[in-house]
Parts: sequence; structure tokens; C-alpha cells
Amino acid sequence: MNTLILPWDWHRVVIEPWSLGTSVYGWILLMGFLINLTCGLIGNYLILRRMALIGDAISHSVLPGMAIAFLVAGAWQLPIATEGTPSPVPEGLPHSMAMVIGAGIAGIVTGLIIEWIHQKSRIKQDAAIGITFSTLFALGVVIISLYADKVHLDADCVLHGEIAFIPLEPFLTIGTHPIAPAPVVQMGVVAILTALGIGLFYKELLVSSFDPGLAHATGIRADWIHYGLMIWLSVVVVSAFESVGAILVIAMLILPGASASLLSQRLHIMLAWSSLHALLSSLIGLHLAIWWDTSIAGSMVVAGSSLFFLCWLISPSQGPLWRRLRRKSSTDTKAAATQPLSKTYS
Amino acid sequence: MNHRGLLKPFNNLWPLVLFWIGTWQARADRIGEMVDISLKDQFIRFASLEDPALRFALAGGVILGILCGMMGTFLVVRKLSLVGDTISHAVLPGVAAGFLWNMEKDPLAILIGATLAGLMGMVLVSQLTRHTRLKEDTALGMILAGFFGVGICLMGMIQRLPTGNKSGMDKFLFGQAAALGWQEIQIMALVGLIALSMIYLFYKELLVSSFDVSFARSIRIPVDWIHHGFMLLLAFAIVISLEAVGVVLVSAMLIIPAATAFLLSDRMHWMLLWACMVGVMAGVGGIFFSFLGQKLPTGPFMVLSAAVLFALALFFAPRHGMLARWWLRRSRTLRIQRENALKAVFHIMEKEAFTKEGVTVIALARSKGQTLKTTEMTCRELERAGLATLSHEEKALYLTPDGMRRAQTIVRNHRLWERYLTDAVNYAPDHVHDDAEEIEHILGEDTVRMLERQLNFVDRDPHGKPIPTIQDIASSGQTQASKGQGMSGYRNPS
Repeated sequence: MNTLILPWDWHRVVIEPWSLGTSVYGWILLMGFLINLTCGLIGNYLILRRMALIGDAISHSVLPGMAIAFLVAGAWQLPIATEGTPSPVPEGLPHSMAMVIGAGIAGIVTGLIIEWIHQKSRIKQDAAIGITFSTLFALGVVIISLYADKVHLDADCVLHGEIAFIPLEPFLTIGTHPIAPAPVVQMGVVAILTALGIGLFYKELLVSSFDPGLAHATGIRADWIHYGLMIWLSVVVVSAFESVGAILVIAMLILPGASASLLSQRLHIMLAWSSLHALLSSLIGLHLAIWWDTSIAGSMVVAGSSLFFLCWLISPSQGPLWRRLRRKSSTDTKAAATQPLSKTYS
Repeated sequence: MNHRGLLKPFNNLWPLVLFWIGTWQARADRIGEMVDISLKDQFIRFASLEDPALRFALAGGVILGILCGMMGTFLVVRKLSLVGDTISHAVLPGVAAGFLWNMEKDPLAILIGATLAGLMGMVLVSQLTRHTRLKEDTALGMILAGFFGVGICLMGMIQRLPTGNKSGMDKFLFGQAAALGWQEIQIMALVGLIALSMIYLFYKELLVSSFDVSFARSIRIPVDWIHHGFMLLLAFAIVISLEAVGVVLVSAMLIIPAATAFLLSDRMHWMLLWACMVGVMAGVGGIFFSFLGQKLPTGPFMVLSAAVLFALALFFAPRHGMLARWWLRRSRTLRIQRENALKAVFHIMEKEAFTKEGVTVIALARSKGQTLKTTEMTCRELERAGLATLSHEEKALYLTPDGMRRAQTIVRNHRLWERYLTDAVNYAPDHVHDDAEEIEHILGEDTVRMLERQLNFVDRDPHGKPIPTIQDIASSGQTQASKGQGMSGYRNPS
């Protein structure tokens, strides 16, 4: 274990994790895939609407929302299971509900503050984004370090998350039958709701992303869709937060959509490509992490970035490979076409 | 005598009361001290600078504030605010690589590695936006998080290594100014001096290429080289700020002081100065608060101090603050209201061929289509501005010479503009009123004279009404001044 990159060992990296069933790495893989999938789906719209950096902003600014939600939930004494007696609600559920609500509020507040600074003063939008999210993030870090005993968020965990702890989380049970770790269930619900939302509002999202003017003319409330997207983005981010942290989630938001946009120009095909990207990057990332013995979420991002560069290389419309081929063929045809003309005029 | 008698029963109690108050005060003092001791002591320790770590931290904070303020100003005016964010995250793999170079926290190796990583990130962003259809924000976000992921992986691997002094690596995430040493301060000061002298030497080139790229190209300023050089400096500045502020919040120290300065000034050199001052104040404030609380990370407090200053500027900046803008807008609206009221008065008087001195408030309300109450308020507003006087029962309104002049000017602006639109721009006469209604409040005297000359001193508007001339306006004051005469300053329609 003395070298930086451990030697490649097929057995240790690929066989061993799965030899004891799926109880550990299965959950991690599932969680990683769900996060990548959900973020990728919503990320497609962020990229189309040029809101990629709003995603950056919201992923940072949910932190104070979560921290305050923690404090409030603690102060209200929301039903937390007492020793011995079985609690009617699973442990941790009130806190995660409070966190989702807090994050939703933080998301909408971020959006409103950015708009407000941008419209009411001469500050440009990018500067307004930068000011808002960094201030909110700083506020969150201060709250966490001041109330470290009440807010169970680790400051380092905020940055890169710890997806490896997923199998250790309390399982959600129906009756006495354990189903899945609570965060996985939460992420699964969010993923299903995201897919449903995209299915239901496909047309509205499509029109308002590409042509706000047409959307307005056909009676679609583009501003509702904008703020709805922001709230939902905060919910997605907060569900993924403790697993992958505030910054890696940006990669998971942008990478699948960006890769897909290199491969296709049609929105539904892009959504399919980004789902495939999510699956591959979580699978490859997990095994990379086992190989290198390092952060799993970070490795998933590394895998996702590599897949992006692969997509760039082979992209039919924008990749260097096809472009070179096309240029060659087009110069050939051009030469062939100009040949008789030059002869005629010589 | 009487009240002294009243107090008599208390005479015996005085010592007791005094004693009680004394002990109460003493107790309060002690409790106050209990609270104060730590805070006051901390404050004194802060102020006396006897702590060497604190001295280093403060020096670092000051250098950081100046450096980030300067670089950030150029970022903000170039609309590149979030580039700083991307670079600051993208340096993480470089920090790890610099650590791997000789397995300890060598500031120089980390500085070089991190700068290279940041530059590589920026090169990738520009390649991505040039060769693909991805937009800049997507490319920035992707490089930011992708590089950060690589950095996190490398950090994870380093954590596993048994050798080397890993302590302080995690400080790069949130920053701890107290961890700054003499060596770091030296490097910071060096980079700060280099940046300062570069900006001083190439100030003109930077200025021109920040505001007008094509003009800069036309006077043969090597814009691309300036841009690359600036990015290199920026990467250096970000890297040396990392240890004090941390990866996540460096971009805030770049953007917030510069944005504050942007609200406070319109000139680039003043903006640079303001940004440096705000940066230094934020840096020192952040160190102060994190020193008071002990063991608190420095970065977030610096950012919060900067944000407070920004909020102050946002509300109270003399020209671009929200209060100033609100006041400007309000006074403009009030002026337009006054001018519209004056115009309405003038129209009524004109309809009566200037045979009467003033107008009744009821007539004014009828012509403006307002309630009597609103009209009375408008009239009082006019009286307060010295443009008109109200009769005793507030039934009639008389224009003062000033008011008459303003009214004539507005009507003149309106009718001349209508004439201009029909004659010079070929508008239909029934389409010109609304446009003139807007512009009459904005036209200056020079523009109006020019219009008049261009229209050959025309004396009728498109609807056949006379246009007051400059002589009318000048004479209206004098004639009005002498009492008893009718209002004859205006050429009466015969």
C-alpha cells in the first residue's frame, strides 16, 4: 500500500466486491446511479437554459438552508425515536424532511436574491451569482462550526461527501422487513418524481427552454417553470448532498447533459444518452475507487469526465475525429469540383 | 419641607439600600467581567499583536485583500466573475500534485502545481467553448467540478500514503489564516508585488483591452497576450490566497470587494483603490472574528465581512446605491407630475383665452380626470414648489411667474416635438401626441432651440395651436410680476 496508484488486480477490483453478494457495493452503486441519473436528467435542462452556473450556486447555497433546518428541527423537538419505544416514523425521517424543505426555501431565496441584485443595481448577473452563493455558503459553514453539536453535518463532508457510508445508514423497514437504506429510498423517490415531472411537463419544459417568447405566446408560465425548476433542483441537490457533497454534485449535474449534447441534437435522445452516461460513470467510478482505494464520489466524477472527453472525441457533429474526416472528404470533392472550372478558364 | 417629611421613613433604610445597590452593582460587575474577560482579553490580544501567528495571519489578510481586490476588479469589469470560481476549484489536483512532488507541504511546489492546474483548466474551458457548441457557463461548471473530482481522488490517495507530513492539507478546503507561516507570507508578498507592478506597468493596456477589445486591437495592443498574462497572474493570486480563505471561498474574495467598488465608483483607478480597501477590511475583519471565536475557519468570516460591506454599498452607495436610485426615481416622478399639472393649468387658461387670472381646482380636476382630493394634493405640491399659489378657501389656483414659465416651456417642448414628428419624420398628426407626452419632460433647452431652427421658427403645432416662443417665456415673468394686469405674456390667439 505504499505506492500512490495500486497495481491493477482484476480479482481485487472487479471480482471481490461482488463475491459476497450486493449488500455493500450494490447499495453504493445504486445510490451513485440514482444521483447521476436524477442530476443528469435535470442537468440537461440546466444546460439548455444556460443555467449551469445557477446549478453551481444552488448546490452551494442549500447548505445554510440545511443547517438552519437542522437547528429548527432540533428546537421543535420533532418526533425523534426515544430509547426503547418503537417510533411511528423511521428515525431520521423528520430531519431529512426538514432538510428538504430548508433546501427548497434556500434554493428559491438564492434565485430571488440573484434576480434582485441583478435587476436593482448595476451588478451583472455573473457577479450577482458569485456574491450570493458564496455568501450563503459562508453563512452555512459558520452555522455548522458554531453549532457543531446540534448540526450533524461534517464540514469536510460538505465538500466531497461520503457515499461509502450508505450501506451503514439505517434501513427503512416495512413491518419488520428491511428494504433499503433511507438515503437510497429518498433518492429513489426523487428520481421517480423527476422522471414523472419531465414526462408530464415535457412539452412545457421543451418550449420554455428553447423559445421563451413562444412559451409566453402559448400561455405557458415561463417564470413558474423557472422557479419550479430551481426548487426541484434544490431538492435533488439536498438529497444527493450527504453522499457526494456540494461541488461534485455540480459535475453530476453538468457532465451527463454536456456529453449527451455532443452526441445528439434531439432532446429525448439527449435524455437517453445522459442516462447511459450516468450508469456507466457510476459503474466505472465505483471500480476505479476500489482500484485506487480513494473517494468513490470523486472517482465517479473522474469516470464521468473521461466519458465526456470520449464523447467529445467521437461526437459526430463537433468531434475532432469526424471533423477531420469530413474536411478531408470535402476538400476532395472541392478539388474535384474546381478541376474542370479551372481548366475551362485557363 | 413637605417632601422631606415624606421621605423621613426611608431615612433609616438608606444604608441598606446603598448596600443593596452596591452589592448588586458589584455582582453585575463580576458577571460582566465573566463575559468580558475572554472577549476583552481576546480583543486586547488582537490589538496588541503580541501573538506571532496572529501577526502572520494579519499580514496575510492584508496582502490577500489587496491582491484579490485588484485582480477581482478586472474580472468584474470584464464580466468574467465566475472564472475565478472555476480556477479556484480547478487548482485542487495541482495542490495534491505539488504535495506529491516531495511528499511534504512545500509551499513553492504547491504554488507551481496549483498554478499549472488552474491554467490547464482555463485552457480547457476556452478549447471547449471554441470547438464545441457547449456554452461558456457549461464549460466553466464542468471544468470546475471535474478538476475538483480529480483533486478529491488524489487527496484520498495521499491520505492513504504512510509517508509525508499531511497535516494542513485539509486547510486548503476552508482556509485557516492562523496556519500561515513566515515562508508563506514571503511568497504571498512576492506574488503580490509582482502583480502590483505588472498592473502598474500595463495599466493602460489592461484598461483598454478590458473595456474595448476591438479598439485595443486597432491600436496594436496584443490583447491575447494581455489576457493570458492576466490569467497567469490570477491563477497565482488564487493559489496564494487558498491557505487563508480555502478553495471554495477564494472566488468570493475576488468578486465581492470588486463588486462593492463597482457600486462606489465609475473610474477604474478609484475602483481599484476601493476594491483593495474593501478587500483589506474584509480580510482583517475575517481574521478578527475567527480569532475571537477561536478554532473557527477564517474563510467564511472573511466572506461574511465582505458581504456586509457589499450590502452597505448596495443600499447606501452615493450614486449607484438602491437608496440613491430610489430617491432619483422618486424625484423624477414628482417633477413629471408637477409638470403635467402645470400643463393642465395652462391648457385651461388657454381655452379661456387667458382672460382669467387662475383656474378653479374643480376645473383642473375635471380636465385631468382625477378626484378632487388628488387634485388638491397636487395643487398643494405645486404651492410647496413655489410654482403656484392657492386661494384662501383652496378653490382656485394661480400660477407664479416661475410656474408660468415652466408651464410654457413644457407646452413649447410638447408642441415643437409634435411639429417635428409630423414635418421632419412624416408621422400622421394623430399619432404624435403620446410620443410628445413622454419626451416633453426630457428635452433640454439646447435641443429645443435646435428643433426650432430646423423647423424654421414655426408658430403652430400640427393641431393648429400656437407654440410659445422663447420671448413669450422670457416676458411672462415680467408681465405677471406687476399686479392688476391681465396675463398678456403670451401672444393671445386673435
